Amino acid sequence: MNTLIEIKKLKKDYYVGEVTVHALRGVDMLVSEGEFVAIMGASGSGKSTMLNILGCLDKPTDGAYILDGMNISDLSRNQLASYRNRKLGFVFQSYNLLPRTSALDNVELPLLYNSSVSAKERRERALHSLELVGLLDRMHHKPNQLSGGQQQRVAIARSLINDPVVILADEATGNLDTRTSFEIMALFQDLNDKGKTVVFVTHEADIAKCAKRNIIFKDGMILRENIVSDRILANEMLATIPVEVDI
Amino acid sequence: MSIKNLLKIALAALLRNKMRAFLTMLGIIIGVASVIAMLGIGQGSKMSIQQQIAGMGLNLVSVVPGSQQRGGVQFGASTMQSLKENDVNAILSDCPSVLAVTPEVRGSGQVVFGSANWPTSLYGENESYLQIRERSVQSGRMFTDREITSASKVCLLGATVVKNLFGAGADPVGSIIRFKKVPFLVIGVLSPKGLNTFGQDQDDLLLAPYTTVQKRVLAITYIQGIFTSAIDSKSTDIAAKQIEETVRRQHKLKATDQDDFSIRNQTELLSTFSSVSDILTVLLGVIAGISLLVGGIGIMNIMYVSVTERTREIGLRMAIGGKGIDILLQFLTESILLSVTGGIIGIILGIVASKIIGSVMAWPVIILPGSEILSFAVCTVIGVFFGWYPARKASSLDPIDALRYE
Ligand SMILES: Nc1ncnc2c1ncn2[C@@H]1O[C@H](COP(=O)(O)OP(=O)(O)OP(=O)(O)O)[C@@H](O)[C@H]1O
Ligand SMILES: [Mg+2]
Repeated sequence: MNTLIEIKKLKKDYYVGEVTVHALRGVDMLVSEGEFVAIMGASGSGKSTMLNILGCLDKPTDGAYILDGMNISDLSRNQLASYRNRKLGFVFQSYNLLPRTSALDNVELPLLYNSSVSAKERRERALHSLELVGLLDRMHHKPNQLSGGQQQRVAIARSLINDPVVILADEATGNLDTRTSFEIMALFQDLNDKGKTVVFVTHEADIAKCAKRNIIFKDGMILRENIVSDRILANEMLATIPVEVDI
Repeated sequence: MSIKNLLKIALAALLRNKMRAFLTMLGIIIGVASVIAMLGIGQGSKMSIQQQIAGMGLNLVSVVPGSQQRGGVQFGASTMQSLKENDVNAILSDCPSVLAVTPEVRGSGQVVFGSANWPTSLYGENESYLQIRERSVQSGRMFTDREITSASKVCLLGATVVKNLFGAGADPVGSIIRFKKVPFLVIGVLSPKGLNTFGQDQDDLLLAPYTTVQKRVLAITYIQGIFTSAIDSKSTDIAAKQIEETVRRQHKLKATDQDDFSIRNQTELLSTFSSVSDILTVLLGVIAGISLLVGGIGIMNIMYVSVTERTREIGLRMAIGGKGIDILLQFLTESILLSVTGGIIGIILGIVASKIIGSVMAWPVIILPGSEILSFAVCTVIGVFFGWYPARKASSLDPIDALRYE
């Protein structure tokens, strides 16, 4: 497998007034193409900081980050924006869909910032993305007409539209109930089976077991990492969880 | 980002909050509409004053007795008896730029016909009066030279006098009326002319040969004014000069003597009034301009609120690849779209409002041809100017902070 993400001695400091917060204190990490990685750890251990750097939203204070053969530390703010636009897909805890905007228009949004994609191609790719998340029949619905799980699937469709090298998700299931969380994980597993690399942050052990590999952070460093031996297949899990019924 | 995508993004963002977009535009709409309407009304009133003054006889140059006192007490002009019939003849023969001359004497009193009576003014003139004052005879005829020489007791009536003595539509020609107990034969009726700039009824008069008024009514030998018509509107100044020289010569004034008469020139009056209404227009325009400015500040205010409120949206746009310049252009475009759309609606509303005000108040309203284009340009500038700082603020946000913003 080709190496997709290569991180060496990565450090991130935040300066708040007089105090220096060492959010990341020397992280080494390798992620290959087609991997499915869950990052775990206590609150404040640096998971989000790590994911933001992986997502080129933030630059490390020290250390190297090579993504898909490109040294990210060398890029300017605008180059980073273009890079995110072409190479990365984000899924957030709070979905971050544009309100009063149809699912289809929400999914199209990243391609509006890529002038090499025509309106026709944009539409076609948005429809394809929505099909992948199984929401083609809801494409004209606005976020307030969709459930939380459906909104998150629209957000995943949006993250897929630029055919990213990796999908980064920070507590993507944090706002969802157990069943819906596994529905989202089933979708991620499906995408991963089709070859997409996925790196996500979660607090929940069961959700982390849906990944192929777990990395546990502690105090800005990697505590340990392990291959998931008792991997949960979200689709099988879903069959055991009854659909909630009103009593 | 392509302009097409930029417009699509900005327009979609505005349409997501239609009510707010409309309320934001309202300031601009009202501002632009009032600029257009105010300038229209100002220009209209200027035009109407010009027309009315021109209607009094644009080429009119008049001579009144008494000197023009500046900064002091004006002499009771009518009590001064400096102007004589000879002055009229001299002006006619010696002033090449003067086309026609009439002396004028006036009296006021009751005019009586049968049991009806009406307070009015009697004007004594010569037969050039019609030409100089730009009037015409509606029915009957003007008095003749011979009637002037013989001081015949004939008169013409204004429409208001006809209405009050004889009733509307009646033909008074041939009737005998009395003014201050003097009987006059009505030989004609003047065409109506309506109110002048100062609100005076120009049809409330009796017109008779000046000799008749001098001898039979007022028992005087002097005249109270001389009205002349210059050969064209450009010659009024030179005509005034010629008249002054002629009358001074007539009155045997030495070079050091002050004029014992004054000359009034219609174009002078015109420019005075024009400058007054220009000031009025500027004043109205300034007030309207201030409301336009307030409208612009309204846009800035809403854009600021909008940037704060949409912080997470901005964060998302940056995360999925929007550059700082893309965000800046989006907010700038939103603000320009608001101000320009508001401007277009304002222009339409301003024109409609001007037309309505014009027809209800019976004022003429003139929409200056450049004012729409000017308003449009001003609106674009307002959009850029007042949108710039909020847009800058939006574009300088950090994507992570913006995404985390609650
Ligand atoms: N912008 C910032 N300025 C200052 N300190 C920060 C900033 N962002 C994060 N930190 C600090 O860095 C450390 C790691 O934060 P991070 O958000 O990565 O934790 P996390 O593992 O994602 O926690 P959680 O599970 O609660 O989301 C924390 O101590 C936090 O206070
Ligand atoms: Mg976190």
